[in-house]
Amino acid sequence: MSSTATSLPSAAATGSGHLSFEGVSMTYADGTEAVRDVSFTVSPGEFVTIVGPSGCGKSTLLKNASGLVPHSRGRIGVDPTSLGYVFQDATLLPWRTVQGNVELLAELHEIGKSDRAKLAADAIALVGLRGFEDKYPRALSGGMRMRCSLARSLVMKPKVFLFDEPFGALDEITRERLNDELLALFQREGFASLFITHSLYEAVFLSTRVLVMSARPGRIVGDFAVPFPYPRSPELRFDPRFSELAGQVSHALRGAHL
Amino acid sequence: MSQTLPGRTAGIAVASHGEPASVIVVPDDAPVPPTKKQRSAIDLIGPVLFFGLFVGFWYFMSYWGLQHIFNKPQFLLPPPQTVIHDSFFVWSNFHPMLQALWLTTRVALTGLIIAIVVGMSLAIAMSQARWMERSIWPYMVALQAIPILAFVPLIGTILDFNFRARVVVCVIIAIFPITANTLFGLLSAERGQHDLFTLHGAGRWTRLRKLQLPAAMPAIFAGFRISAGLAVIGAVVGDFFFRQGDPGIGILIDVYRARLNNPLMYGAVILAALLGIVVFGVFGWLSSRVVGHWYENTRKSA
Repeated sequence: MSSTATSLPSAAATGSGHLSFEGVSMTYADGTEAVRDVSFTVSPGEFVTIVGPSGCGKSTLLKNASGLVPHSRGRIGVDPTSLGYVFQDATLLPWRTVQGNVELLAELHEIGKSDRAKLAADAIALVGLRGFEDKYPRALSGGMRMRCSLARSLVMKPKVFLFDEPFGALDEITRERLNDELLALFQREGFASLFITHSLYEAVFLSTRVLVMSARPGRIVGDFAVPFPYPRSPELRFDPRFSELAGQVSHALRGAHL
Repeated sequence: MSQTLPGRTAGIAVASHGEPASVIVVPDDAPVPPTKKQRSAIDLIGPVLFFGLFVGFWYFMSYWGLQHIFNKPQFLLPPPQTVIHDSFFVWSNFHPMLQALWLTTRVALTGLIIAIVVGMSLAIAMSQARWMERSIWPYMVALQAIPILAFVPLIGTILDFNFRARVVVCVIIAIFPITANTLFGLLSAERGQHDLFTLHGAGRWTRLRKLQLPAAMPAIFAGFRISAGLAVIGAVVGDFFFRQGDPGIGILIDVYRARLNNPLMYGAVILAALLGIVVFGVFGWLSSRVVGHWYENTRKSA
């Protein structure tokens, strides 16, 4: 259970689909120490999830990785052009239709009109929003908005996906369904994922590896490999081995709160 | 007590088994049905009733109230039919009024367009740099706070009481709501949306065009509507105080007042008010055309 046990050195050579943290620390300007000495690696085909108490600096790590907020010490290895970022809120533009929202990033990267229409159509199909292209966000449910947000990121075909508690605001049924769909996408696209949540069941169900973060300043205090093969069926949630692992993560999480 | 307990337990048991099933049947993912504005009878009766009350009150004051409550002669408030007949059905009276109204309309619209262009430009400049906001904003507030009516005759003297002078008065009166609302709107885009644009390397101009301006549209149109009304008031007040140059509706009001021709004075006031209502209405309609499809309903579902 050492924090670097599952890193794959060979994957570093492949470059773009790789995300690594080496001794990363982050202190805000007001002196608040958000993250202390965090090291781990996410390789292509890996789904790493960080669980931890509220305000422990999980989201800060994603902001550091994406460059939105610069970190204070240590090294972060990632190709910024290969990043996809899914926010806590869907952050859709309410004046654009689903199609317009999904095309947005391609537009910002100055991809031609017909190309981006096609890219968007593919992404919309992938997240199951076909038929809703002309709807405005106000007409969508919370789950559909999140799907739209996911499609928007997928358009740029990111190699590394950062998820900042994307399903936290959804009801449990919708969340579980989106978990299943996200895993299907993950298998198909093979991106490296770094996922933040405070639901440990979500963490265990999705991931190849679960990291437990302590209360502020956030440190990695637990590291669990999740052995279940993909595809994972929804019934996995009722498997005794699943419950046992969730129990272990829960135990570590309780320790993290102290 | 002991009788209700088993019943309650059974109720809970049903709920705990039944609820998830029903949640699945009506998933969170079902599209929200569009809410149609239903026009009920009260929507029509209310305004009609209120209009009736208003006209009734007018008759009451004209034929009885003015003389018996305020001890003033009736000619100060002629009854509605006199006002309407003398103003709108006597061509030799109505014709100059229409000409004046046309001039006032041109002044108001020109002033409004200039206020929109200048006001929005100032707001955009202020949204782009903190130092600009700190430099410009105090003057906008001051412009709003000084008793502008005191300056109206002065502006007339400097600019020769013509079209140009009236437009300037209009702009000064109408510009503030546009600048204030545009600035407020430009700064209203959410943090997460800004982060998204930052992550994908959007420059200042792209951010303004694709994020800030669209997000600001509802606020901008609210500002347009307020300023549209103010522009008409500015045009009327402008020439009311000028008392010279080509007659706009404001000058006519002053002339009729001086001649004690109250029916025509009320007629001119009604025309000025109608102009304000029409301009206000046009901008309301424009607003619902431009942002109604996403904004009104966002507000309802939120």
